[in-house]
Amino acid sequence: MIEFENVAYSYGGGELLSDISVKLAPGSFHFLTGPSGSGKTTLMKLCYGALLPTAGHVSLFGNDVRSLSRDDIAMVRRRVGVVHQDCQFLNHLPVSENISLPLTVSGRQEGADNADLAELLSWVGLSNRASALPPELSGGERQRAALARAVIMSPDVVLADEPTGNVDWEMSQRLLRLLVELNKMGKTVLIATHDLGLIRATKAQVQARVLRIANRRIQLAGADL
Amino acid sequence: MRMLRIALMALWNGDRQADRVVPRSGFTAQLTLFAAATMAFLAVFALALSLASGRLAHMWGQELARTATIRVVAPVDQRAAQTEAALRILETTRGVQTARALTDVEQQELLAPWFGTELAIDALPVPRLIEIIEDGDGMDADGLRLRLAAEVPGAVLDNHSRWRAPLVKAASRLKLLGWISTLLITATMAAMVTLAANAALSANAQVIAVLRLVGATDGYIAQAFIRRFTLRALTGAAAGTTLGMLAILLLPSTEDAGGFLTGLGFQGWHWLVPLLVPFLAGAVAFAATGAAARRTLKDLA
Repeated sequence: MIEFENVAYSYGGGELLSDISVKLAPGSFHFLTGPSGSGKTTLMKLCYGALLPTAGHVSLFGNDVRSLSRDDIAMVRRRVGVVHQDCQFLNHLPVSENISLPLTVSGRQEGADNADLAELLSWVGLSNRASALPPELSGGERQRAALARAVIMSPDVVLADEPTGNVDWEMSQRLLRLLVELNKMGKTVLIATHDLGLIRATKAQVQARVLRIANRRIQLAGADL
Repeated sequence: MRMLRIALMALWNGDRQADRVVPRSGFTAQLTLFAAATMAFLAVFALALSLASGRLAHMWGQELARTATIRVVAPVDQRAAQTEAALRILETTRGVQTARALTDVEQQELLAPWFGTELAIDALPVPRLIEIIEDGDGMDADGLRLRLAAEVPGAVLDNHSRWRAPLVKAASRLKLLGWISTLLITATMAAMVTLAANAALSANAQVIAVLRLVGATDGYIAQAFIRRFTLRALTGAAAGTTLGMLAILLLPSTEDAGGFLTGLGFQGWHWLVPLLVPFLAGAVAFAATGAAARRTLKDLA
């Protein structure tokens, strides 16, 4: 599904990632961990074509990312739901329209069922915040709205970059349960986090693989905590 | 090509959702509207100048080419006889449709701007003028000159070619200048729309990043900007064109203005020409915004 083969990524003359080889199989659950600045976000961005590797090969759904046009990359992103740490919303649109944005840009808005959106809002606990604007949401609400937006297209892969970075423990557990649920529906999940407590709590619920980045390389690929 | 097709279809069909994803930005909207209105207003005047100059060039070229004048410069006691002789020659000259001697009153009117209406024309050695209108085939001016030289020594033929050619040339140049002005106005509007579109795209870099994150193609993102700027340019240009046409309509009439301004404006089907200005402005905005969007989206990739 998503496969890295001897991937390196350099920026500004310095190498951020080196010799990364990893495969995200369908239905798998992965954690990506490592200290701040170790390259977790960079690796996540390589997973959906926001960055291109400076060496090696990244294969997205069977296609080398370098062979893809910008429109092809856009199509890939419709199969990959992304939850950013800073969420990134269109602040002039209400939450409901932000969540359904992937449907809008893919021309599927007409066929979208309002009941599905209501169900999704209910699933992330934002039924009563549908008409609020993003700046009016709390940190946890923003994370849940971002998660709802990431999954509205029923993507094959969900990438979450520090999804619990700005929320309390209770909210992080709630978000985690949602991600585990998605995995049980067959979605591939990759979560970048430096919160080892979150990883331990997850492993009680689902079989997860932990990838640790240190010194620009994945050092503990395949190892369980 | 694909992007162009998508943008044209979206422009035609409209997309309420696509319109909503990009926030309305105040100053670029006003800038585009104002620039389009101003440029359209100026374009209407440039077109009016160009079309009027074209008409003048045509008129001077065609109508004056069919007229000629004979000046009979002779002592007062011989003037009538020489005038009669010249008229007789003209009656038998091929290519002359009509020929007549101007009356004292007509000659007085011609001189009135310089000498006033009280001029006693008999007291001055003013040559008698004969007005000649040629038929469609035209006359042999050189042959006529030779005959006049032989039979009416005081008659001088002037077929206007000496001063007609520079006038026609000047009018043609004026027409060309009008069209060049229209082109420059179009280019200026394209530049202003490009600037406004670039400003809007830069101001919305974060919006573009979000749209890309959720799978929007460049065509979709560009379309949202293209449609907005095209419609703004159309609206602004329609307002500017309307004002420009009203201003032309309210210009002093031919009788009142006189002189050089005679005929400046639109006549007949020429009134339809400025109606193309808003569509031209829309097309320019469509192309300029499309180019700016493609460049910016490539840079932001």
